[in-house]
Amino acid sequence: MTASTMRRRFTVAAGISVAALTLAACTGNTPEEVATDSDMQSAAPAAGGNDEEGETVTIGFSAPAADHGWMGAMTTQAVDEAAEYGDVELLVAEGTNDVNLQISQMETFINDGVDAIVVVPFDGAALTGVALEAMEAGIPVINVDREFSDPNAARVTILGDNYGMGVSAGEFICEQLGDQPDAVVAEIAGIDNLPLTQDRSQGFADALSECGLDVDNRVAADFTVQGGESATANLLQAAPEIHAIWNHDDDQGVGVLSAIDNAGRDEFILVGGAGSANMMREIESGESVVQATVVYPATQAADGIRIARLLAQGNAMSDLVEVEVPRTIQLFAPVVTADNVEQYLPHAFES
Amino acid sequence: MSENTVGGTAAAGPADPALPPTNRDVMPGSHTRGPDNEGSGKKSASAPSALRRLGGGTGVARNAGLVIALVLLCIVGFVTAGDRFLSTDNITTILASAATLGIISIGMTFVITGGGIDLSVGSVLGLATVWATTLATQTMAADTHWIIMVFTAMAVGAVAGLINGAIVAYGRVVSFIATLAMLIGARGLAEIISNRQTQLVTVQPFLDTFRADILGLPVTVWMFIIVAIAGWVLLNRTTFGRRTIAVGGNPEAARLAGIKVKRHMMYLFTLAGLTVGIAAVTMMARTRSGSSTNGTLYELDAIAAVVVGGTLLIGGRGTILGTVFGVLIFQTLTNIFVLNNLSTSAQAITKGVILVAAVLLQQRFASRARSS
Repeated sequence: MTASTMRRRFTVAAGISVAALTLAACTGNTPEEVATDSDMQSAAPAAGGNDEEGETVTIGFSAPAADHGWMGAMTTQAVDEAAEYGDVELLVAEGTNDVNLQISQMETFINDGVDAIVVVPFDGAALTGVALEAMEAGIPVINVDREFSDPNAARVTILGDNYGMGVSAGEFICEQLGDQPDAVVAEIAGIDNLPLTQDRSQGFADALSECGLDVDNRVAADFTVQGGESATANLLQAAPEIHAIWNHDDDQGVGVLSAIDNAGRDEFILVGGAGSANMMREIESGESVVQATVVYPATQAADGIRIARLLAQGNAMSDLVEVEVPRTIQLFAPVVTADNVEQYLPHAFES
Repeated sequence: MSENTVGGTAAAGPADPALPPTNRDVMPGSHTRGPDNEGSGKKSASAPSALRRLGGGTGVARNAGLVIALVLLCIVGFVTAGDRFLSTDNITTILASAATLGIISIGMTFVITGGGIDLSVGSVLGLATVWATTLATQTMAADTHWIIMVFTAMAVGAVAGLINGAIVAYGRVVSFIATLAMLIGARGLAEIISNRQTQLVTVQPFLDTFRADILGLPVTVWMFIIVAIAGWVLLNRTTFGRRTIAVGGNPEAARLAGIKVKRHMMYLFTLAGLTVGIAAVTMMARTRSGSSTNGTLYELDAIAAVVVGGTLLIGGRGTILGTVFGVLIFQTLTNIFVLNNLSTSAQAITKGVILVAAVLLQQRFASRARSS
């Protein structure tokens, strides 16, 4: 099979996936104003600089299944970002939580000779091998969110800050409760056996210990609404009085809030995690127990697409002095409160 | 009712191609036995040993082991968490957590008693919540009446069950495979309909109705109680129940006795689907939302509760009361672990141990009862 027919097949496949995405977007849900990156930044491709149209580059994109709001937002924003540029041809592989399938997708990209690969691994360690193959084949790999186990497997790594999320949440709670050393703090974690959950909990515990607090009650849910609801229902029984709760994930936060409402409790402050539009609206209302949420940006993959384009066209990040794109970019985990919520709400994802 | 002792193992595949396959056909070494069930009156006279009375006979006696287990758990809960465990709020929490899974497990009890299994309950639950919330959250019907939501959830569940049943009974596909297909397919459809987003229930009357308390108990718990009572009556006091036990115990004999086995199997799966639809209403009330991730792995929790309760996985014997205890035992366990701030991993180990121990005990009782 010649490269050109392969390329054509791939274009068709990409077309079909885009069509499927569009179709999915049209089914069911209220045509919400989806916040695309375009209304977010001044940088709708302006004339001049890196945004000027260059040679056409082909980027392969692979991510886990969009089985919750945050992951869905990652993929959507990445696809939208690529559409902003006339010189980017994006091949979107079907989202999957099966590492075997994800490895095959990467192999297909390598065989197809794409100019760059942006990958959000389901499991970073499992995809390290195939990412190394891509790098050896001369294709730069941009590793997003979940890190490979070998630094040579990626040209650029873009990460959220899980430990920093925990620290931000802990510091906020410290500010609120600092003068009550015996305050009861509870934690509702996500899936306990993911490294990211362990990092978040570690950061949270470290920040709390700075002001003499510790986590008195900890439950783990599973990033789903039902899991958040049942874990919280039991947690509220375990502690008759709580001063602050940190919930790791705003997707499961819908269930957490429902359980709190059920129990008729409101003596504590609740801090969310990830930064969904739902939670931000709760913060904005001022009548909810939700006082803050710690952002875990869903823009990582979209940034991955931009970086991939710069690499493939041989450009650097124009805001930096450095003539090459950096190796690691870690995004900041800001705290959203009633004071700055309107700044973040337009770009938040819908859980 | 005397024990029908037909020895020998069942051949792989139904003895008569006119019958739908049951679990008996895919489990080598399972004996074809006669009907045997709680509330089915006295067994043939035998030496009165306490153990045997636990193992067979009336529903209350058979569930003694479960009652003891639940009481022991409660004692553990009281010793470790004291008044917090016994507070009305906490007991209500346990019951409310048990409601959704409990309602599903009642339907599952019927399917398993009839010699089938339904792996699709979790996915269909997710689909039903998504379908009903789609009606209530989207522009096409922003002012949906809550009755429509309830009816939609129940209809989605029942239709999914009907499809399962038709494939098993008339397509003669083993229920494990047929419902596995539904498990995969229903989840996919739920994801397409909801676009993988959590859909909040905005219909206030729905929330007001199903999040209310009646006589100190949440409406969802009352729903569980009503479904459990209805299930008990249906299984132990009606022709439908007796036929279910007959079909599960020995489909060939049931056919010869004039029971329309295929049609009955279809009814059983439809009934299970209907309970899933009812459970979907409780789920929407509890979480104020519908999501394609709702009900993940519920099929395994439901099967575990049913088996711990004493319903035979090969069919032919079922106990609604046991299932209710099974669900309560698991929920109480979860509650005690959280009250004491213990890890979820330790909880999973304990659940596994309880599951195996319960089935081992059950087998001991069953074999003693039979060997007399």
